[in-house]
Amino acid sequence: MAESAEVSHAPGHDDHHHEESFWSKYVFSTDHKMIAMQYMFTGMAMALIGGFFAYAFRMQLAFPGMDVPFFGTVSPADYNSLVTNHGTIMIFWVAMPVLIAAFGNYLIPLMIGCDDMVFPRINRLSYQIFLLSAIVLIASFFVPGGGFGGAWTSYPPLSAKPEYNLTPLGATLWLVAVALEFVAFLLGGINFITTAMNARAKGMKLYDIPMVIWMIVVASILFMASVGPLIAGAVMLFMDQNVGTAFFDPDKGGDPVLWQHLFWFFGHPEVYVVLLPALGIVAEIITTFSRKKLFAYRTVLYTVFGTGILSFTVWAHHQFIAGVDPRMAHVFTVTTLLISVPIAEMCFVYIATLYGGSITLNTPMLWALAFIGEFLIGGVTGIFLGASGADIYLHDTYFVLAHFHYTFYPIAIIGTYAGFTYWFPKMFGKMMDDRLGRIHFWLTIIPFNLIFIPLFFLGAAGQHRRIYNYEHFPDLQGPLMLGFTYQDFREIATYSLLVMLGAQVIFFYNVIKSWISGEAAGNNPWKANSLEWVATSPPPHGNFSEELEVFRGPYEYSHPDRDEDYWPQNEPA
Amino acid sequence: MARHSTAPLHIAAESHREALLPNGVLGMLIFILTEIMLFAGLISAFVIWKAGAPTWPPAGQPRLPFEETAVNTLALLASGVLLHVAYRTYRTDRARAERPLVLAVLLGAAFVLFQGMEWVALIREGLTLTSSTLGSFFYLIIGIHALHAVVALGFLVQAWIRLRGGWLAQSQLAAFCVLWYFVVGVWPILYGVVYL
Repeated sequence: MAESAEVSHAPGHDDHHHEESFWSKYVFSTDHKMIAMQYMFTGMAMALIGGFFAYAFRMQLAFPGMDVPFFGTVSPADYNSLVTNHGTIMIFWVAMPVLIAAFGNYLIPLMIGCDDMVFPRINRLSYQIFLLSAIVLIASFFVPGGGFGGAWTSYPPLSAKPEYNLTPLGATLWLVAVALEFVAFLLGGINFITTAMNARAKGMKLYDIPMVIWMIVVASILFMASVGPLIAGAVMLFMDQNVGTAFFDPDKGGDPVLWQHLFWFFGHPEVYVVLLPALGIVAEIITTFSRKKLFAYRTVLYTVFGTGILSFTVWAHHQFIAGVDPRMAHVFTVTTLLISVPIAEMCFVYIATLYGGSITLNTPMLWALAFIGEFLIGGVTGIFLGASGADIYLHDTYFVLAHFHYTFYPIAIIGTYAGFTYWFPKMFGKMMDDRLGRIHFWLTIIPFNLIFIPLFFLGAAGQHRRIYNYEHFPDLQGPLMLGFTYQDFREIATYSLLVMLGAQVIFFYNVIKSWISGEAAGNNPWKANSLEWVATSPPPHGNFSEELEVFRGPYEYSHPDRDEDYWPQNEPA
Repeated sequence: MARHSTAPLHIAAESHREALLPNGVLGMLIFILTEIMLFAGLISAFVIWKAGAPTWPPAGQPRLPFEETAVNTLALLASGVLLHVAYRTYRTDRARAERPLVLAVLLGAAFVLFQGMEWVALIREGLTLTSSTLGSFFYLIIGIHALHAVVALGFLVQAWIRLRGGWLAQSQLAAFCVLWYFVVGVWPILYGVVYL
């Protein structure tokens, strides 16, 4: 089938998509693949900025007062701005654009057998607004007073009052950038859901949709349903900053906790907005490389819906010490512990899929397996934080910080690398160097654990977040454990970060090298079933040269009646 | 919703793909989901704050003009009904759809105009954006609704121009109608929560 598909996709056969000029092809493109690449590389560039910020403040924490190479001395204001914008960038300008927008744009039309998004010009507008938002955010670092330093959660009154945050312009630009970014993803989300529901290839029923598409669709629905209150909150905060209203100012009858509710009503579903696409990417990879059917497709699908609904009922677990009623805190403890059940189920499903499979341990598979293992650590430590009693002690310590890095790092970084290395042959038509890929994998995953495991211990020992220089805290000096001092642990984390950041050079080298001189990939290098592997690599504008018809689900690997161990979705029985 | 002019996208438009709803209508409904949550956020913030306020309305602040606004509410509801009539007429007899459509737009515009006049009066009476949290919430919530009404009216005027030119697609009109139904439908809730 792969051979015959190759023949039918010969260049020139594609008669309904004409050649385009440079500008309309690369800059003002309405092609979903080009927009996906724009999102992908903008997101990766922002990840480099976010990583650089992490480097600067980790150096300050390990070696207080030092002249940080490439940055200079980190002042307390710099430190606040760096941690705030590190968090903001990594969540809103890396995890969101790469996982939802880039993979969503790239995969949805290809995997459902369609030529483009149903609203291509809205799609283009979505990226343009996103790019504008990134420019506004970057500009905010250079205005008088510097970038916003009130933490990525932007709690008032710190974020609302210039006399507290000392960055009036930075705070406003930060808010404007976040608001623009939401508009961009609203436009994207409308496209994703409508395309997946309306433009599927002939014969593709709801249960034939690959899991990653379902998860991106559900994530988009979660985003669309949760972002409204935060937009309301952002408008209110903007007015508090610039017009003189007092929605969140207790002196004038406002309520600062109201912002926390509006923020976290979005903020918690947001975790699942980025988690679900990553889980979907992992599902595609482990089925392909264990040559097995996804265990319990329908159960997983219903679990995803259930997780989505439940994710709207857990937000106040971020506010246990914000003065919420303890009886309400109990309710949110229960819902928070409940939501760990479907996620744990998903991990078991993946392990069950792997069980008995013939496993290929190449780079994408390593990333996918690492995702399951590392995310599990994040999930298990989250249970302590979800219990309101334990959270009162652990709140705002490095334990929290290490916990959410064990959830967001697997999502945003490991999930991205998994998806990128898996679909690289489709995106660029070349195979990636697997040996370099595995070196990069190990040099990223080992330092990652060495950064954040020490922070769990520091947090459990009571090290509070948002401290610029721990030399002023005698309680947080001295021996911690195993003959190491607190400061040793901070230095271990910083050294590990340096190794991890350095290792990313291998990745970019590998991308460029493979792009230029990699081995040609062919249509279907992984012998996978879903429709994107029918198109040529890279797919032309318009994707498929003929109408596809779908006959089965995407996970028919190792079918007993067949000689081949895979069974493409579009191959007649 | 702009599918008519660019040729490259013909595959998705072919009839054998089973569309749940027309693309424009489905896209608009998803957008309305966000809008519902936006207003839910605003309303719940307002209700929580109102429940905690010691006196109502706050000292020195005027009472909101709920009698006049009740009449205005009826005008907006009538506009929604007329637009629905226009949509139903359009499906059978395109030419006759113009009159109810124009009437719906005019009633909607009258609603927005009346609200604006009401604002001017309230500002004269001392209710401003910064005079109290009531003023802040009032102008924020009603203002966001007015913004939606103006944008939706713009779409309806566009639909009218296209109707006259003879190139208004039914799915397009349906998408615009969905937006206007939302603007009309959310208003009685806002009226009940904010004014009463």
